[in-house]
Amino acid sequence: MIPANCGYETWFRTILKANSGYRRDGPMTISADHTAAENTDLNAVQADAQEAEVRRKFGISLEAYMLPAHRQIQMVDPEGQLKAREEQGTEAGHEYPLPGDAELVAAFEQLVVGRRVNDQNSALVRQGRMAVYPSSHGQEACQVAAALCLSEGDWLFPTYRDAVAVMARGVDPVEAMTIFRGDWHGGYDPLEHNVGIQCTPLTTQLLHAVGVAHAAKLRGEKTVVLAMCGDGATSEGDFHEALNFAAVFHLPVIFFIQNNKYAISVPLSHQTVAPSLAHKAVGYGMAGERVDGNDLVALLAVLDRAVKLAREGSGPLLVEANTYRMQAHTNADDATRYRAESEVAEWMAKDPISRLKTYLQGRGLLDAEAEARIAEHAEAVAKQLREGLGEDVPVDPQELFRNVFSEPTPQLREQSALLADELSREATTREETAR
Amino acid sequence: MSPTVTTSSEANGNVSAATARAAAKAAAVAEATGPQPVTMAKALNTALADAMQADSTVLVFGEDVGQLGGVFRITDGLMATFGEQRCFDTPLAESGIVGMAVGMAMNGMRPVIEMQFDAFAYPAFQQIISHVAKMHNRTRGRLKLPLVIRVPYAGGIGGVEHHCDSSESYYAHTPGLKVFTPATVSDAYRMLREAIDSDDPVVFMEAKKLYWSKDQVDLEALRREHDGLSDGGSGTHAQRTEGRAVVARTGTDATLITYGPSVPTAMAAAAAAAEEGRSLEVVDVRSIVPLDDETITASVRKTGRAVVIAEAPGFASISSEIVARIQERCFHYLAAPVRRVTGFDIPYPAPKLEHYYLPSVDRILDAVDDLQWED
Ligand SMILES: Cc1ncc(C[n+]2csc(CCOP(=O)(O)OP(=O)(O)O)c2C)c(N)n1
Ligand SMILES: [Mg+2]
Repeated sequence: MIPANCGYETWFRTILKANSGYRRDGPMTISADHTAAENTDLNAVQADAQEAEVRRKFGISLEAYMLPAHRQIQMVDPEGQLKAREEQGTEAGHEYPLPGDAELVAAFEQLVVGRRVNDQNSALVRQGRMAVYPSSHGQEACQVAAALCLSEGDWLFPTYRDAVAVMARGVDPVEAMTIFRGDWHGGYDPLEHNVGIQCTPLTTQLLHAVGVAHAAKLRGEKTVVLAMCGDGATSEGDFHEALNFAAVFHLPVIFFIQNNKYAISVPLSHQTVAPSLAHKAVGYGMAGERVDGNDLVALLAVLDRAVKLAREGSGPLLVEANTYRMQAHTNADDATRYRAESEVAEWMAKDPISRLKTYLQGRGLLDAEAEARIAEHAEAVAKQLREGLGEDVPVDPQELFRNVFSEPTPQLREQSALLADELSREATTREETAR
Repeated sequence: MSPTVTTSSEANGNVSAATARAAAKAAAVAEATGPQPVTMAKALNTALADAMQADSTVLVFGEDVGQLGGVFRITDGLMATFGEQRCFDTPLAESGIVGMAVGMAMNGMRPVIEMQFDAFAYPAFQQIISHVAKMHNRTRGRLKLPLVIRVPYAGGIGGVEHHCDSSESYYAHTPGLKVFTPATVSDAYRMLREAIDSDDPVVFMEAKKLYWSKDQVDLEALRREHDGLSDGGSGTHAQRTEGRAVVARTGTDATLITYGPSVPTAMAAAAAAAEEGRSLEVVDVRSIVPLDDETITASVRKTGRAVVIAEAPGFASISSEIVARIQERCFHYLAAPVRRVTGFDIPYPAPKLEHYYLPSVDRILDAVDDLQWED
């Protein structure tokens, strides 16, 4: 036991005295009592400076820069044909150069791997080897672009649906799937690849992205952070708070929204009546853009520029990818209850893989040999998943207590001993019955 | 060595003038030696300044904490001293403040954030419960979140609705959060420094009505004590506070167990009881999580009687937890059922009614009288 604090006796009398008069004159004020900063409208001054910079850099007004282009950016059409420049949706100040060939071929490989990962994981759920898998089938172009637009040292903040993006950042596929395997809540070390946890509470991760970017900025690092969320998630309060914080602190965060048209069963029209999700950016003082989320070429073009701008110090940006969730929300969901097959079929024709494949083949960038090699790569990852998730991973009940705090509290030590005792008695009983 | 801290009036001026005054003041503070009258607000402010001085990754942010120095002036002068990068105002959004702090802690910083009032921390609940408390566990210990959420809490100050909640049970009920609440000026300094040093997230509950309580305190000695602690030393005055309750007054007949805003009331009750010839021991829990079962049970085993006192509504609360634990651990030592004096199970009352609600000396003495002395 610790000896009594010598100060207690004299001290408590002063409190009682201090508190007696408090009710009348205590500083129970919640209004700031400092004078407004010389009556200067700092926001107006800032807006003027921003306007001047945008005019110099992009040759358009601040408003035209922040509002998305009138149409979404699309470079390769669903048939795999490169669109004419003036048809791509680009405008003055919203210009996007075509990504390089090497980048596109590497991206195609990830696209094929991503589709294989999605379908393998869904199969593993059906076989009972995984509890649940929210597939990004149909959205793989978004997944790949989100991962590939970043450089080493940059950060990605994914959601539950973004396993393909996580793996494309270099996280081990089996570690990435631990969250859905059921033996722990997370399987990878976020600090190893600068990939946040696959976040389930909607849009909470956007604020973590803001914090990571803020810390990096304070240290003078040129880190860019890409934060992902869905269309439904844009209705959450943390979406608003994250965009506003990123803008106010002028942080290099790219908010990347995969608008796959549904939040479980609820269509986008129930979430917002804004002209588009990209239009939300201007309200925070940041630029927003819309892009065809099934066109990997356009996605890379738009995100590459966003990353470049963010790294140069332009502050945050918002990119809305127009895509579609081809399968049910998860295996537990029945999509036929809320959407028509014809709608799904319509989107089937806009598949991101066939479109890029046709385009690359047409450009002579993808021959049979390369295709075979890519298919082999995808198969290898699928095998890794089957084997890794097929294994019955031994769980350690004592791990339950290990990482609640850095050091277990006395209470947790007691509870861990209790469980250990219970388990050892069970084991003894089992042995005895066996004998 | 002594970091510069300004007074509230200085925070109203411009930053550079405040800095100059702060420097002058710091020189004066450095000269003062030995125990001085210090308020809890000043001790907390000094702890923040010292921690920021010692470690450049310590950041302070929240609503009105910069130029104004916080509505309670706890962050007074920090922006002027350490610059707007290390102490700053955020947009008005509590979830944003906590969520951003999570990201900063993930990326090498030690944020100390202020929730302006107890009830205004609720918008941040999801971030606190689902991420602050669980990130370390979820990532199997790979990610640590060394962040401190300071929450001015509890009543007794004539505050209007939403400004007087005792919200400690919400946090204490959530595995993964440490919950500290100092009751003395010295502990305010000690515990805040320890909270900032902790690699685990700490919800630091500051009883508003104690902010202006004064004690004779030698801040320089506390500073040395802290430095001795963090060097792994065990200097003579070194007292780790985490997980350690403190016997605030020794006694033999019954134990009053309490924390935060109710400690002075319990001390007053013990003093009054002494005049009636009853010797009451007072235990200040101060570290709600982790809880010091040992000190609590040792005292109750010694006295055989206990009253648990807390301002929060009693139902499903810290006080009920403490009673349950005493009953599990001290049953055969008890001469009477453990009593509680807590807030009623009602929304915190309006100012003119709060004195009916708050644990009072009389109510505590009544509860003590009920401890079956005749048997
Ligand atoms: C705060 C919160 N509320 C509700 C849920 C339950 N939930 C999980 S996913 C989901 C739909 C999210 O839709 P969207 O943001 O469009 O992403 P998508 O699933 O389409 O990728 C809901 C409601 C949740 N995870 N978090
Ligand atoms: Mg959606």
